[in-house]
Amino acid sequence: MQILFTLCGLIAVGFVLLITIYLVISGIPAIRKVGLANFLFGKTWAAGQDQYGILPLILTSIYGTAGAIAIGVPIGFFTAVFLAKAAPKKVADILRPTVSLLAGIPSVVYGLVGMCVLVPALRNWLDLPAGDSLLAAILVLAVMILPSIISLSETALEAVPKEYEEASLALGATKLETYFRVSAPAAKSGIAAAVVLGIGRAIGEAMAIMMVAGNVANMPALTRSVRFLTTGISIELNYSQDGSLQRQALFSIGLVLFLFIMLINAFLNLVLKREKEA
Amino acid sequence: MKKVVSLALIAALGFSVLAGCSGNQKGGTVNTDGSTSMADVMGALTEAFKEKEPDITVNYSGTGSGSGISGVLDGTCDIGLSSRELKPEEMEQGAVAHVVALDGVAVVVNPQNAVTDLTAEQIADIFTGKISNWSELGGADAPIAVYGREDGSGTRSAFEEIVGVEGACVYTNEYGSTGDVIGNVASNENAIGYASLSAVDSSVAAAKINGVAPSEATVKDGSYTIQRPFVMVTKEGVELSAAAQAFLDFASSEEAAEYITAAGAVYPN
Repeated sequence: MQILFTLCGLIAVGFVLLITIYLVISGIPAIRKVGLANFLFGKTWAAGQDQYGILPLILTSIYGTAGAIAIGVPIGFFTAVFLAKAAPKKVADILRPTVSLLAGIPSVVYGLVGMCVLVPALRNWLDLPAGDSLLAAILVLAVMILPSIISLSETALEAVPKEYEEASLALGATKLETYFRVSAPAAKSGIAAAVVLGIGRAIGEAMAIMMVAGNVANMPALTRSVRFLTTGISIELNYSQDGSLQRQALFSIGLVLFLFIMLINAFLNLVLKREKEA
Repeated sequence: MKKVVSLALIAALGFSVLAGCSGNQKGGTVNTDGSTSMADVMGALTEAFKEKEPDITVNYSGTGSGSGISGVLDGTCDIGLSSRELKPEEMEQGAVAHVVALDGVAVVVNPQNAVTDLTAEQIADIFTGKISNWSELGGADAPIAVYGREDGSGTRSAFEEIVGVEGACVYTNEYGSTGDVIGNVASNENAIGYASLSAVDSSVAAAKINGVAPSEATVKDGSYTIQRPFVMVTKEGVELSAAAQAFLDFASSEEAAEYITAAGAVYPN
């Protein structure tokens, strides 16, 4: 039995190693041909003219994620405080499953709703030609990261010892003061972990934002069509010639994205470790 | 183990020599090389040809029209494939064109759009961003959303090449498939896009170019200008192998028409 379990564990490790090695091997050639600086800091991505600069893609991924965090974290955090501390039991019993349901919706459905509702709405409100834009992607991503932020923050808030809050209330602090000045600081590393997890989810998302972002490799601007690192790969993979520089460059984008996500994961582990020690 | 492998290799080599001999009579290999846009048409033709002549293998490698033409001139392949007309200097070197199909690209707009007739120049101006509002073309006062395909798409390279806006297009949105372009043009009144003629349906309106509506007939008689030929190229004075000749004959025959149409192109004769 022991052997079987070990084997199962090794399978997961094996796949991680396999994917890492494969990405590095297939991602390096294009970077070497294009040059690392040209690849990372080139402002033009145009496979037709043999220009492979992914700076617009990198910046779009960073801005898009930052925007989603800026909108999603406050909403998610306040929802978590409400759920953990303030909500009447009946309300919480409805709200909590709803949040988990939000986590279960496939990303293509988020994309579909974004494409059919959000994009036309933005087109009309802002008088844009199309409406597919960084803004639309940020809004969709913000909703998508809500469930992970809410549930992780809520767990962290609920783990705060009751005595802390009782002491604060006994000293004459109001409930609100107690939640935000005692409970939240005590749960801060758990909340930080929630934020990092949200970042991870946002930066790795492809399907939903491909349907609302417009997919032109412009330098990021709120109302303009943009291309993320993830969508950069998926939109051009189909028709790129096997073995061509374009195909190789797509793998290199994958490598860059992989490094981004590794970095975020390492950071998440650091945060969680600090929480354990605290 | 090694012995077995080497024996097997020797046997395989022996058979391939035999296969090579018989190739001169009825079987053989045809190497074609060139245009990536012709992948669909070539796929349909080779598949149909395989059923007719199971002994002949047709290889296709998509390297681009230019290298396909130089390939046949250098003798590195039997038939070159070009999705543009031959240049005079290529013909001087002995390249001979056999047009097997025509490819029309339709410019599509939303059915609500009042602008349905454009000149080739206006289309170039729209796609390069010089014209950015429909009112400049006599339509509603609305910004133009320019939809196109991603880099690497055959439709995109065909359209940009024919209209003369290669690499100069300013797209509002890019999509990964023809269906996406059509669907999104259908849902946005401001949109203009392009799609292979065979993929256009009633959810969008195909614009007239210089007064000519795109159809199989207008592509065939040449009056619809956003089109290009799919050409099989041979070299003057070089006799094709029996297999290559058979494939070329098949591709230009009436029999091939249905496969060419199925692959989304127009049969020229």
